[in-house]
Amino acid sequence: MILTKAQYDEIAQCLVSVPPTRQSLRKLKQRFPSQSQATLLSIFSQEYQKHIKRTHAKHHTLEAIESYYQRYLDGVANNGAAPVLLELANEVDYAPSLMARLILERFLQEHEETPPSKSVINSMLRDPSQIPDGVLANQVYQCIVNDCCYGPLVDCIKHAIGHEHEVMLRDLLLEKNLSFLDEDQLRAKGYDKTPDFILQVPVAVEGHIIHWIESKASFGDECSHHAYLHDQFWSYWNRFGPGLVIYWYGFIQELDCNRERGILLKACFPTDIVTLCHSIA
Amino acid sequence: LRRYKVLGSSNSDSDLFSRLAQILQNGSQKSRSTTQCKTPGSPHNPKTPPKSPGAPRRSPSASPRSSSLPRTSSSSPSRAGRPHHDQRSSSPHLGRSKSPPSHSGSSSSRRSCQQEHCKPSKNGLKGSGSLHHHSASTKNPPGKKPQSPQSCIRPAAARAQFESRQVSVAAVVRWIERSTQSLEGNPGEAAVLSALQPLRKEFVPFLLNFLREQSSRILPQGPPTPAKAPGASAALPGRPGGPPRGSRGARSQLFPPTEPQGAAAAEAPLARPVATLSRTKPSRRINPTPVSEERSLSKPKTCFTSPPISCVPSSQPSALDTSPWGLGLSPGCRSLQEEREMLRKERSKQPQQSPNPTCPTPELGSSLPSRAGSLPDEPADPARVSSRPRLELVALVYSSCIAENLVPNLFLELFFVLQLLTARRMVPTKDSDLELSLGGVDSLESPLFQSIHDCVFFAVQVLEHQFQVLSYLDKGTLKLLAENERLLCFSPALQGRLRAAYEGSVAKVSLVMPPSAQAVSFQPETDNRANFSSDRAFHTFKKQRDVFYEVLREWEDRHEEPGWDFEKGLGSRIRAMMGQLSTACSHGHFVRLFQKQLLQMCQSLGGAGGTVLGEAPDVLSMLGADKLGRLRRLQERLVAPQSGGGPCPPPTFPGCQGFFRDFILSASSFQFNQHLMDSLSLKIRELNGLALPQHEPSDEDGESDVDWQGERRQFAVVLLSLRLLAKFLGFVAFLPYRGPEPPPTGELQDSILALRSQVPPVLDVRTLLQQGLRAGRAVLTVPWLVEFLSFADHVAPLLDYYRSVFALLLHLHRSLVLSQDSEGEMCFMNKLLLLAVLGWLFQIPTIPEDLFFLEEGQLDAFEADTVASEHGLDSVPVVDQQLLYTCCPYIGELRKLLASWVSGSSGRSGGFVRKITPTTTTGLGAQPPQTSQGLQTQLAQAFFHNQPPSLRRTVEFVAERIGSNCVKHIKATLVADLVHKAESLLQEQLVPQGQEEGDPVQLLEILCSQLCPHGTQALTQGREFCQRKSPGAVRALLPEETPAAVLSSAENIAVGLATEKACAWLSANITALIRREVKAAVSRTLRAQGPEPAARGERRGCSRACEHHAPLPSHLISEIKDVLSLAAGPRDPDEGVSPEHLEHLLGQLGQTLQCRQFLCPPAEQHLAKCSVELASLLVADQIPILGPPAQHRLERGQARRLLHMLLSLWKDAFQGPVPLQLLLSPRNVGLLADTRPREWDLLLFLLRELVEKGLMGRMEIETCLGSLHEAQWPGDFSEELTTLFNLFLAEPHLPEPQLRACELVQPNRGTLLAQS
Repeated sequence: MILTKAQYDEIAQCLVSVPPTRQSLRKLKQRFPSQSQATLLSIFSQEYQKHIKRTHAKHHTLEAIESYYQRYLDGVANNGAAPVLLELANEVDYAPSLMARLILERFLQEHEETPPSKSVINSMLRDPSQIPDGVLANQVYQCIVNDCCYGPLVDCIKHAIGHEHEVMLRDLLLEKNLSFLDEDQLRAKGYDKTPDFILQVPVAVEGHIIHWIESKASFGDECSHHAYLHDQFWSYWNRFGPGLVIYWYGFIQELDCNRERGILLKACFPTDIVTLCHSIA
Repeated sequence: LRRYKVLGSSNSDSDLFSRLAQILQNGSQKSRSTTQCKTPGSPHNPKTPPKSPGAPRRSPSASPRSSSLPRTSSSSPSRAGRPHHDQRSSSPHLGRSKSPPSHSGSSSSRRSCQQEHCKPSKNGLKGSGSLHHHSASTKNPPGKKPQSPQSCIRPAAARAQFESRQVSVAAVVRWIERSTQSLEGNPGEAAVLSALQPLRKEFVPFLLNFLREQSSRILPQGPPTPAKAPGASAALPGRPGGPPRGSRGARSQLFPPTEPQGAAAAEAPLARPVATLSRTKPSRRINPTPVSEERSLSKPKTCFTSPPISCVPSSQPSALDTSPWGLGLSPGCRSLQEEREMLRKERSKQPQQSPNPTCPTPELGSSLPSRAGSLPDEPADPARVSSRPRLELVALVYSSCIAENLVPNLFLELFFVLQLLTARRMVPTKDSDLELSLGGVDSLESPLFQSIHDCVFFAVQVLEHQFQVLSYLDKGTLKLLAENERLLCFSPALQGRLRAAYEGSVAKVSLVMPPSAQAVSFQPETDNRANFSSDRAFHTFKKQRDVFYEVLREWEDRHEEPGWDFEKGLGSRIRAMMGQLSTACSHGHFVRLFQKQLLQMCQSLGGAGGTVLGEAPDVLSMLGADKLGRLRRLQERLVAPQSGGGPCPPPTFPGCQGFFRDFILSASSFQFNQHLMDSLSLKIRELNGLALPQHEPSDEDGESDVDWQGERRQFAVVLLSLRLLAKFLGFVAFLPYRGPEPPPTGELQDSILALRSQVPPVLDVRTLLQQGLRAGRAVLTVPWLVEFLSFADHVAPLLDYYRSVFALLLHLHRSLVLSQDSEGEMCFMNKLLLLAVLGWLFQIPTIPEDLFFLEEGQLDAFEADTVASEHGLDSVPVVDQQLLYTCCPYIGELRKLLASWVSGSSGRSGGFVRKITPTTTTGLGAQPPQTSQGLQTQLAQAFFHNQPPSLRRTVEFVAERIGSNCVKHIKATLVADLVHKAESLLQEQLVPQGQEEGDPVQLLEILCSQLCPHGTQALTQGREFCQRKSPGAVRALLPEETPAAVLSSAENIAVGLATEKACAWLSANITALIRREVKAAVSRTLRAQGPEPAARGERRGCSRACEHHAPLPSHLISEIKDVLSLAAGPRDPDEGVSPEHLEHLLGQLGQTLQCRQFLCPPAEQHLAKCSVELASLLVADQIPILGPPAQHRLERGQARRLLHMLLSLWKDAFQGPVPLQLLLSPRNVGLLADTRPREWDLLLFLLRELVEKGLMGRMEIETCLGSLHEAQWPGDFSEELTTLFNLFLAEPHLPEPQLRACELVQPNRGTLLAQS
């Protein structure tokens, strides 16, 4: 699903200040019935993350934390079964999972002698039954299962999606009889930067030489693409030459501007792969 | 351009001029000559002129005599040899020249004067007496006394001798070359010439200067350039009020037709109206302004080196100039600027100089320059040549000097000659006034060139002598020369030869370069962690590599933007990056990357700066049809400035090289520079010592052609790499010594020399050069050495070490006589390349200008060393035309000059118009390789990129050999068969016809016409051969462990390359080969082998039976998460899941867990956890069910069925641990607390099943249940929990089948239990 910048902006416009909940997603799908759900979800998730990155700091001031904690305490004191934490998060426009973490940290600070380590917190978020307070455990759990942008479950889903697409890509490469080295093999050989696949024999796609392929199970928006370019794609180019990036959930058309420079974008596995001919010149 | 200011004895050009005029007037007058002889002085005394205080611009270093000769004669390291003045005057050249010892310098010099009568005086005493006289006279400021420094007169006298044909030209040249030794066969000549001995060395510079002087009226400023400065255009009409000269028709030509004649006549002498008019014609020529009086201030050397055509355009600032690092290479720009300034001054003076407007009409009938660009050039007419014998003679002497390499720069002289050929008009000068007024047409004192006709005649004469060199020039130049109407007019014979040369010229291409701007690939053997001292160093370098390319990309994007500055844009980033290179090992890594990238980007032809080949299509269409490169070159042409900087441009860093130069400057890291020098030196040594495949003397010349192409290609790659590396080594090595300040002089120079002489050279180039000369590899060593030396600072060439290097080079230069082409000698093109690069080096501003003419004395010392080995690289024709032009793009200036003549004569003027053949209509930005063949070539190049370099070498080697063998094979089979056939045909044809004296040529034609079509089979057979032979060879040479796909691709590329190579040769030569073989009737009988199908690489693929159609784990987690979130709430009233959906979900989970194709451990863990939570929700009946409004709960049976599904998944499908204990976590059990009425039967059922399936132990469950009590529960819930606990404990330890069956019959048992 390749979108023009204008199309993308239209979608992004609708996502401003929408809470990352099940219900929001449903509405969004109704709003853009022609777009694929996965693409919409990916865009939504990225937009929301951008939003959170921008506003993250203001939720982490001491005053804010105290105020949230107090509101949580008041809320559960009033009715422990009500979705206090979730509603609080939505109200202050913060991700429920992150709000849960915030309150949990604050709670543990109050109830434990030593400040909780990150791993303890993460572990409790993964498995709320470890949270000593039953009410808080339920509240946290509720936040996590309802958050579709953050939280251990979402992280796992994202990771799984990424992995699945790599597997798919591997299958396609095998199907096309293209031999490659994968990340693990490359790492074992001591490569310092490892794309998903390095082709042992390069191919050409739409007239461009491809040495490596990177699979991205997300939508390629400007922000993420630039970050990837800087951290990954150019580094691959620097070592292995030109390559292909597949944004399985699409990308902004205008970003595919480095083809001549050696970075080709696609939203699917290319169909017209030219291989090094086995016939004789 | 014209002044060749090498004569140490001249103080200024004006002196030279006046003396020359004098000599020319009086040279033939005996009385005058004798007078001169009586004040002989020691004309060649080197110290005389520089000592003169009247020559402020001549520093000792710039003065040939003062700096070089004393040292050679006395081996004194002291700088100018001034203390030796007197001693040297008494025996000036005994130790240097090979003249017989009986001829002392004094006597011979004296004799030279008396030689006018061919009566050598034997009176040596007189001579010595006059010597003293001279010594005294030199102490006078020579500038004031034009007569006192006599040295200039001597060469003139010598020339006068030759002109009067007292000796043969050949003898003269031999004499100039090697003194009188060579003339022993002809005592008469020897006597004459030995008398002139002291003048010997000065003859060539004198001759060159003489020619430049003589041509100054014709070539005032070279080809037309647009007038730019208003000051310049104001003076365009020359000197309207100056002394009378020019033709009678000059008035009408002076002004454009629009000018009213009357007004013009009235105002002509005034500069202003003329200036106004001149502005209307901005593209007209700048007419010369005589600046001879001012010339004493100019720098003749830089003038000569400067671009003769036009200055390097200011829009493209030379980094050498503008760089704050001041390389001090004062290129042409600066000096040209100076000259312009002088012109401006001179012109501003003119109105005052000639205030008298009374004589505007020219008196004499000599041709006058037309001034407007639109006016036709002056025609040249062979019938109007004034003094043929004289011109012929001078041309002969001049040509002989060129041929014997007595001139520093062969191509510069050719350029000069072509300038004469294409001179547009004659411009009278002051001197010519004097000369012309004296009248004598054919005498010595008259100017050599009295008209354009003379000029062109002379030029054509010289060109005739130089035909051999000309014939090796590129097709474009040959075409322009052959089409030059003047040349045709003056020498139809030469024109015919040139045309033939043009038609016969085959552009030989030996270079196929990969496209540039590829990154250096990561090679684990050198780049992985094991090659670094620490993790930190490894990761730092990882980042640096990325920063380096980031900087490079930015440079690529922006360096052509106006106003973009490398230092400003990238400097700080580069320095920050360099700052991180903490360890020496990291520096090594970075330098390796830098050097590799340098080679990769700049080695290609594109990177070397525009190509110069005139008719390129045939060049480019060969081999792989590199359309991309073609477009790139076209783009470069469009972007690049038109002028190439003249025939002797200063060293530059064109294209990508600029990036690396600027990077080094911006990094300004001494560690980096040191590591870089180390690395460059190593690589240079390595490449220089590379055992290039020497040409094995082959039985037949035909087949070896294939090998030769490969050898040439390899040689070219190595040579270009070496030149590039050496250039950068020179740049970095001499960087600390270069500065914007003028070269040091006097004591300062002494101390610097003393200091520098103890520093060992960065690379022992002298030894490498000596070795190269000995091994006959000068053609490889010298070109890179020249690149290295071209960056030397002003002091370096004065150091003993480098002086000896230069001496060797000079000796080599002299030995490269092109006309000598004997066995074992260096090949012509090899010589030509060396002459071109050496000639260029001798013109570099930092190389002392006198070096060429005065280092001769040192040569003998090295002569013994340079006996070249017979079968070195030098005797192999490794240099082809393209390599020559690639290494020496300035040779292309010849073509530009000729082209400008064409464009100028067709009415267009104003710079050079380069003809660009459009190649395609597509835009330049996007250059997708359209043809599949081009793409395949690219793919093959790309394939090697990430493979170890040895793979490429192997494949290339195999392709090389198989391709070569293929040709041999075809020759042995197909051609041999055809020859057999020819023999039988020949028999058949001869016998029946009985034509005893039948025309063999005709017979051959008949045979060939029958047999040659069979040559097409050669291609098919060649393909088969390569296909058959290459894979096995590749397989045998590559490591066993090479991955199958890589191996198969390597094999296929080898097959492709070998086939391409073989077929290219075959298709071009098979007909000729058959012809030749048939003609020679040579037969061979080697058997052919039957072709076998090429082995195909194994297929690799997924061998699993699974179709991988199971739902994706991410999808399942997401779905389950949705159910969980629905259960956890908050939810809308209409939200819920259907029981079927739940069942479907669990079914999918089963499939996914079975397939596992897409399952990664974290996903499985989460699925397991989610499934447990789902079970808890089922047990607690917390899942909102869609359905009839009354029923929002799951039926018991459905719930059990679902739990059963989960249980079997846990038991069989999950491979990782399932956190079943979570079922009994307070939180999940607590879910039950909310349900009313609480139903425990499902939990009990689940617990039992867990135990039964062995998923959890009883003890484990008991522990969990026990710990549940610790939590705080509502009172009744605690009781129920205890009951459940007890019930579970009451169960028998071993599961009983009946019980289970009974349970299924009585579904409510659990409930009853719980309720009890």
